[in-house]
Amino acid sequence: MPRPAPLTVAPDARRTAASPRRRTRRESATAWAFVSPSVVVIVGLSVVPVLWSLMLSFQSSDLLTPSRWVGLDNYHQLSDDPRFAQAVRNTLLYTALYVPLSIVLGLVLALALNRRLRFTGLYRTLFFVPFVMSATSQGVLFSFIFDPEFGAANSLLHRIGIGSQGFFADPSQALLSLVAVSVWSGTGFCVVIYLAALQGVPKELTEAARLDGAGHRQVLGHVTLPHLAPVSVFLVLWQTINALQVFDLVYVTTKGGPLGATTVIVYFIWEQAFKNFTAGYGAAAAYVLAVALLLAAVGLRLARRGGGVRPARGAGA
Amino acid sequence: MTLLSAARRREAGRPGHAHKLSGSVTARRRGRPRLPFSPWHLVLAPLALLFAVPLVWLVLSSLMSNAEINRFPPALWPSGIDTGGYRFVTGNAMFPRWFANSLIVSGAAVVSNLVLGTLGGYAFARMRFGGSRLLMGLMLATMVVPFQLTMIPTFLVMKNLGLIDTLGALIVPSLVTPFSVFLLRQFFLGLPRELEEAAWMDGCNRMGVLSRIVLPLSRPALATVAVLTFLSTWNDLSWPLIAIHHEPQYTLQLGLTTFQGQHNVQWSAVMAGNVITVLPVLVAFLAAQKTFIRSITSSGLKG
Repeated sequence: MPRPAPLTVAPDARRTAASPRRRTRRESATAWAFVSPSVVVIVGLSVVPVLWSLMLSFQSSDLLTPSRWVGLDNYHQLSDDPRFAQAVRNTLLYTALYVPLSIVLGLVLALALNRRLRFTGLYRTLFFVPFVMSATSQGVLFSFIFDPEFGAANSLLHRIGIGSQGFFADPSQALLSLVAVSVWSGTGFCVVIYLAALQGVPKELTEAARLDGAGHRQVLGHVTLPHLAPVSVFLVLWQTINALQVFDLVYVTTKGGPLGATTVIVYFIWEQAFKNFTAGYGAAAAYVLAVALLLAAVGLRLARRGGGVRPARGAGA
Repeated sequence: MTLLSAARRREAGRPGHAHKLSGSVTARRRGRPRLPFSPWHLVLAPLALLFAVPLVWLVLSSLMSNAEINRFPPALWPSGIDTGGYRFVTGNAMFPRWFANSLIVSGAAVVSNLVLGTLGGYAFARMRFGGSRLLMGLMLATMVVPFQLTMIPTFLVMKNLGLIDTLGALIVPSLVTPFSVFLLRQFFLGLPRELEEAAWMDGCNRMGVLSRIVLPLSRPALATVAVLTFLSTWNDLSWPLIAIHHEPQYTLQLGLTTFQGQHNVQWSAVMAGNVITVLPVLVAFLAAQKTFIRSITSSGLKG
């Protein structure tokens, strides 16, 4: 987007002294002064590290002593590592549960809230508050609620005659408990995104459909939902990317356990790099994750383009 | 006003609506005893309760005594208010310090993102300089780079700068994000050029135009940058976990999870600490709910 800089040709008597070329050069210097702090931080701590990580992934490094070039060894080792395979399985299961649950629940709640009932503001606040809490706070809170001995969850279950559950301490329940906490905190985001998109559904369309005899369900199916399709695609992409990167909550609640039942990919990377001091191996795992994220993003972009469901008017985007 | 007119329109639509539907449906409608409230509340209220209960428990348990929590089955409602948990936390040598550390790091990040984001965003939006398109492309590309890919080298950079185990290691990487630059650039592009040109002709220099014309018009975008930067730095755990190993330099999030590990039978104190950790974000959110929701929605819809 080459933008002509109109200010440089402003015909102003007081400023004609400087030749246009000198003005441009001075402008360029000012511009560089403006952007250079951002450029230093972003190039130094984003662009360089991306390449550095790639180098590291071909090396054996403990972050202290000089590293040694090992070629593709890290990647070979990764493909044979049962713990990595388990981390991939756990991450995919977590994602496959969390993404649809949070989006569908978010859609239902947004459709309900969009009817402008009494207490709509209160409901929206309640659904959204968990989202602004840190994953640490959520994790600490639910470690308590799900505590097998002193937790409120078992206390409630006890009162209605159900035996104590292990939750985070039970290998078969730990990942599901994580999904539950994430749905609790992540649904609010889907609600506000859907609510914003619902504001963009043209009133004339729904009214025209009503006048043509469409019932609630038909208006929903033929007008509202198609209009929400681009936002839904965005939410699937966004929630998937976040789910594949889950870490903080796992670190606080289960530390990857019990018996590796909640070791997710990022937890595996962190453990390799900063606990076992096999940074090259961790970097290789990070690259595998990054490529998976990229594929997810590209795939969904294509789906969005190919789907052909476009809002009548530019939706919120 | 829109509410009223929408309601009126809905009323107007109703007769025709009922007429066109099959008779049985209308009959069923008429036969059902009318609720004094919309049936949607039957779905919303229980779900809202389910969302609220953990938060209520957070507050209640922070006000219970440990004895009450540690019996079986644990009490669900405090018999009286016990501030022992809060006294334990505030009397702890480290907790106030972690709170201050978090404030310093988040405050520095917010200020610096506003300043550097404005300067960078304005240059990209309004000034012509060599390499600007390449740099902008680079910035956009780094927005999609996941943190895990950069964390190991960033740790090494911070180690070489001698910043590991200092708050500097937390502040430097969050001085400015490509997102802040990009968001402000997009906002500046949408501002009318005429105002800036007029100020320019009146003899303002770039800085004058920026501070007198552009910034006062950019409050919503600046608020968005501030809110999102504060949320992400205050709530972050992964980077402090990597960059800080000495307790006095912990942030609140890192401190809270460590605290939980050390005092895991003193749930009342842990929950009191958790309330203190959540409180700044919660207060800010409730005070500026519209801004928060607009900011988070706009961060979402940019994709």
